[in-house]
Amino acid sequence: MWGKLSWAAIPFDQPIPLIASGVVGFALVAVLALIALKGWLPYLWREWITSVDHKRIGIMYVVLAMVMLLRGFTDAIMMRSQQALAFRSPGYLPPEHYDQIFSAHGTLMIFFVAMPFVIGLMNFVTPLQLGVRDVAFPTLNSVGFWLTATGALLVNISLLVGEFARTGWLPFPPLSELTYSPGVGVDYYLWSLQISGVGALLAGVNLLTTVLKLRAPGMTYMRMPMFCWTTLASNLLIVAAFPVLTATLAMLLLDRYLGFHFFTNEAGGNVMMFMNLIWVWGHPEVYILILPAFGIFSEVVSTFSGKPLFGYRSMVAATMVICVLSFTVWLHHFFTMGTGADVNALFGIASMIIAVPTGVKVFNWLFTMYGGRIVYSTPLLWALGFMVTFVIGGMSGVLLANPPADFVLHNSLFLVAHFHNVIIGGVLFGAFAGYTYWFPKAFGFRLHEGLGKASFWCWIVGFYVTFMPLYVLGLMGMTRRMQHYDVAAWRPWLLVAAGGAAIILIGIILQTAQLVVSIRRRADLRDETGDPWNGRSLEWATASPPPVFNFAATPRIKNDDAYWGAKQRALQESRLGEEPAYTDIEMPRNTPTGFVCAFFATIMGFALIWHIWWIAGLALFGSYATFVVFAWRDKDEYVIPAETVARIDRANRSARNAALARRPAAP
Amino acid sequence: MILIDSVAVMLAIVLPTIAATFAFAWWFRASNEKARRLPDWDYSGRIELIVWGIPLLVIMLLGGVAWIGSHDLDPAKPLTSNTPPIEVQAVSLDWKWLFIYPKQGVASVNRLVIPAGAPVHFSLTSASVMNAFFIPQLGSMIYTMNGMTTQLNLQADAPGVFRGISSHYSGDGFSDMHFDVVATPAAEFEAWIKATRNVGPTLNSASYAELARQSINAHPFSFGAADPDLFQQIVSQKLPPGPGPSSGRPDVSVSPRTEH
Amino acid sequence: MTAFEAAAGRENPSRPTTLGHAAAALASKRIVTSYGFWIFLLSDIIMFSCLFAAYAVLMGDTAGGPTGRELFNLRNVELETACLLLSSFTCGLAGVGARAHRGSLFYGAMTTTLMLGAGFLSLETREFAGMIASGAGPTRSAFLSAFFTLVGCHGLHVSVGLLWLLTMMAQVFAKGYREDILRRMLCFGLFWHALDIIWVALFTVVYLIGARQ
Repeated sequence: MWGKLSWAAIPFDQPIPLIASGVVGFALVAVLALIALKGWLPYLWREWITSVDHKRIGIMYVVLAMVMLLRGFTDAIMMRSQQALAFRSPGYLPPEHYDQIFSAHGTLMIFFVAMPFVIGLMNFVTPLQLGVRDVAFPTLNSVGFWLTATGALLVNISLLVGEFARTGWLPFPPLSELTYSPGVGVDYYLWSLQISGVGALLAGVNLLTTVLKLRAPGMTYMRMPMFCWTTLASNLLIVAAFPVLTATLAMLLLDRYLGFHFFTNEAGGNVMMFMNLIWVWGHPEVYILILPAFGIFSEVVSTFSGKPLFGYRSMVAATMVICVLSFTVWLHHFFTMGTGADVNALFGIASMIIAVPTGVKVFNWLFTMYGGRIVYSTPLLWALGFMVTFVIGGMSGVLLANPPADFVLHNSLFLVAHFHNVIIGGVLFGAFAGYTYWFPKAFGFRLHEGLGKASFWCWIVGFYVTFMPLYVLGLMGMTRRMQHYDVAAWRPWLLVAAGGAAIILIGIILQTAQLVVSIRRRADLRDETGDPWNGRSLEWATASPPPVFNFAATPRIKNDDAYWGAKQRALQESRLGEEPAYTDIEMPRNTPTGFVCAFFATIMGFALIWHIWWIAGLALFGSYATFVVFAWRDKDEYVIPAETVARIDRANRSARNAALARRPAAP
Repeated sequence: MILIDSVAVMLAIVLPTIAATFAFAWWFRASNEKARRLPDWDYSGRIELIVWGIPLLVIMLLGGVAWIGSHDLDPAKPLTSNTPPIEVQAVSLDWKWLFIYPKQGVASVNRLVIPAGAPVHFSLTSASVMNAFFIPQLGSMIYTMNGMTTQLNLQADAPGVFRGISSHYSGDGFSDMHFDVVATPAAEFEAWIKATRNVGPTLNSASYAELARQSINAHPFSFGAADPDLFQQIVSQKLPPGPGPSSGRPDVSVSPRTEH
Repeated sequence: MTAFEAAAGRENPSRPTTLGHAAAALASKRIVTSYGFWIFLLSDIIMFSCLFAAYAVLMGDTAGGPTGRELFNLRNVELETACLLLSSFTCGLAGVGARAHRGSLFYGAMTTTLMLGAGFLSLETREFAGMIASGAGPTRSAFLSAFFTLVGCHGLHVSVGLLWLLTMMAQVFAKGYREDILRRMLCFGLFWHALDIIWVALFTVVYLIGARQ
C-alpha cells in the first residue's frame, strides 16, 4: 500500500537532520499561518501563484533561488566546519550524513540556486529589454517555474523523510546503482532533477521563442542589449543540453527501477558512457549559468560608466563562440579515465580555446570603463569584484584544461576552488549584481547602498579567505569529499577556509538586513521615474514597477541602446515625446495550471521515490487532466481598457516630466 | 614544470589585466575631474585586434605545451629506464586497495612496497565502484573501473614513505581509503618479497570474495601467495563485482584512523 | 549622478499600430506557437539522439545473450513502418480537414490515424512481449536495455500522441474549429510527423543494421 515508506524513513535517531527539518518545518508552518491569519492567501493566489506575468514569475524564481541559497549555504558551513574539526577525529558528521550534505550542497546550488536565479532574471528582464508585453508562452512559463519549485521541494523533503543521495552532485554509477546505493537518496535526486529538468526545458523553449520571434519593431538582432544576446545563447544551450540530462538520468532510473543494464557492472553496462553523457550536458550547463551573468555585467559596466558597451559586435561574437564551443570540451572532466594522449590533448586545447572569447569579454568590459564616468554603486562593485576574481578562476581553469596538470590536480581541492572561483565569482556575483541593479525596476524602490556595499566586501573577502586555501590544499594533494583526514599540514588551511565561510555568512546576514531595511525605508529609496541608474536599455523606459502590460504602446526602436537615444532627445528638448494614442490592451489571463500541475508532480515524484505506484498513477492522471481542463477554457485573455492604460502611463509620464523640470537643460 | 610555465605565461597577461581593472576603475571614477571622458566611444578596430590577438597567441602557446605534455606525460606511456619495470596489479575495493605482484606471487592490502629507482607499471581495475589511484608525490592519478583495465607508470626516485589515496569519491568509507607507499632500495624490496612469500593467507577467489565485502579502514596485511590469474578474473568479471552494502539502510560505523 | 534622469517614449508613434498583447502584435500567434513547438521537438530529437548514442555504444554488449540478428523480425517491422507512414499521411489529411472545417474529413482522417497508430503499437507490443517471453527482456543485457529503451521511448511517444489525438477530437467536437484549437492541431501534426522521422532513423539504425550484423 505505501511502498517502501514506513516510520523507519524518518531519522528519529539522527538529531541533526531531525532538528534541521524541524526548524524548516516550523518556519514553513509559521509563514503559512501568518499568510492565513493576515488573509493574504487570496491575494497571493490571485496575484502571484496563478500569475502568468513574466515579471512576477521572474521574481518568484529569484525568491526560490535565494531561499535555496540559504539552505545550500547551511550545507557549506557544515562541510567547512566538519573538515576544520575532523583532523584525526570523526568530527560531528558521520560519513553517511556528510556524504548527503556535499551531494545536496552541489545539487541545490547548481539546480535550485544558480539556475532559478539566472532564469528568473532572464524572465524578468528580457521581455522588457526587447520592448514586448509578454513572453511567447506565459502559461508554460508558469508551469516551468512551478516544476522547478517541485524539484526543490522534493530535495528538501528528503531532509526529513528518508535520505538524500550520497553520491555527489552528479551520481556516477556504479556507486549510484541499486547495488551500491540501495536507499532512496539517489531516487530523490533523480526525480527532483527530472521534474525540474522539464521545468528548465520549458523555460528554455519559452525564452528562446521570445527572443527569436517577439521583439519590438526595429529591435533587430544587432540592436538587442547584450543581456538579450546572452539570454539567447543560454537558452539555446538549455534546449540543446537539458534533453541530454533527461535521457541520461532516465537511463539511470531504468537501471534502478526496472533492472536495466545501462551503467551497471553486470551484463555489459558501460560506466564510461554515463561519464560522457552527463558531461555532454554538464559542461554546457556551466555556460548556461555564466553567459547570462556576462550579460548582466555588460549592462552594469556600461550603465555605471555612462558609456555604451565597448566592442558590441565582438561581445556578440564571443558569446556565440562560447555557446558553440561549450559542446566540444566535455571530456576535460575526465582526462584521468585514461582515454589516451591524443584525445586528451585535443579536448584540452579545445577547452583552452574557450578562454579566448572569455578573455575578449574581460578586455571589452575594461575598455567600456575607459573614458567613462564611473559611479561606484553596489552593482558596479559586484562587477569589478567579478572581473578580478574571474580572471583568476579562468587562469586556474586553463591550468586544469592542461591534461598533464589535470592528472595531478583532478578531483582535488584545487578543482573545488576553481569551480567555486568561477561560479561564485562569476555566476553568483553576476546574479547579485543583477538583483541589485533590477530590484528598483521590480519593486519601485532601491536597495540600501551602504548595507549592499558592506555585504559585497564580506562576500569578496570571505570568498578569497575560503577558497585560496583550497587551491593550496589541492596542490598539497588533498582530494575532495574527505569526511576526515590525518595530515597535520592540511589543518591550518582548513581552519582558515572555515573562517572564510564565516565571513561569507556575515555577508549573507548583511544582505538579509539590506532587504529588511530597504523595505522599511522604501519611501526614502523610492524610484519615481523608473530610471534610477540613468540606464540605456528599454526596461528603464517603463515605470518602476512596470505595469502588467509593460509598455503602454509598443516602442519602435531606431538605434542601439534604444532608451538612451530617446532620453537624450528628451533632455535636449526638455520635454517628453508625444503622448501615444492609448488603446485597449489584451493580456493573458492568470491560470492555476502551473501550480496544480506542480502539485501533482510533487505527489507523483514522492510516490515514485517510495514505490507507491497507485498514487503515482493517480497523480500522473491528475496532471494530464489539469492540461485538458486548461485546454478547455474559452477565454484566455482579458482586456485592459484604454482609459486604464492612459491613467497608468500618464502617472509615469508626469513623474518623468517633474524630474525633467528639476534638472537643468542638457548642454 | 608545466604547471609553473603555464602559470607564468598566464600571469603575464592576467596580472596586467587585474592592474588595469583597478587603474581604469579608479582613474575614471565620476569624481575625478582630470580624467578624459569619452561618453560615446564604443569601437576601435586596433584594440579589437589586440583583445582577440593576445588571448589567441597565449592559448596557442599553451595549447602547444598541452599537446606535447599530454603525450610526454601520458600515464600509459612506459618510462624510459634501464631497469625492467616491476609489474603491480592494483584493485580498488570497498574501501581498501589490493596490490598484487604477479611475478613475485604475493599480494598486499593497503600497503604498496616498491623498489626505489625502478619503474613500476600498474594495471588497475576496480572490484566495485569507480575510484582513482593517486600517489600525489609520485605523479599522475588514474581511474579504476570494474570490468576495465587502466595503465599507469610511476617511479620513486629515492627511498621513502609516501601517501597513496583514492582520489575519486566512492562511498561512505572513502576518507579511509588511503595506503602507505614504501619505496625501498632494490635489495630491501627483494628481502620484503622473501619475507612475505608463503607467510599468511593465500589470495584466491574465496579469500577475494571475503575481501570484496565492504569494510572501512582495513589494517595493512599481506598474502603469502596470490593466484596469478586473479586480476584477469576480476577484469573479465568471472569473479562477481563487490556486493555493496548488506542491507537497505546503511549502517556504516565510523572508525577514523587515529593512529598511524 | 542624479538618479532621476528623465525621459519617456519619445519614439512612440502617435498612431499605434499594435493591438492585443505582444504575441498577437509582433508575429502571429500561429507562427509563434508552431515555432516554439518546433524548438521543443528539436529538444526531443536531441533526447532521442542520446538514446541512439547509447544504443550504438551498447550494441555489442550482449553479455552472452541474443543479438539483434537473432531477434529482429523484419516482416513485423515493415508492417509497423507501413502503419506509421500511412498514419502520417492521414494525419496530414486531418489537418487539412480541420483548416477547411470539414467534419467528415477531419473525423475520418483522425480515426484512421488512431487505428493505424494503435495498430503500430499492438505490433510493437507483440514484438516486445515475444522477446520478453523468450528470455530476451531488457534486463538480459546492456544491448537489450538500450534496444527496449530506444524503441520503447518511441512507442511511448506514439501512445502519448494517441492520447493527444483523442483529446483533440474531443476538443473539436466540443468547441468547434476555434483558432487556438487549430493551432494545437498544427502542433499535433508536427509532433506526429516528427515521430515518423525518428522512426525512419530507428528503422535504419536498429532494425536494418541490426538484422544484417
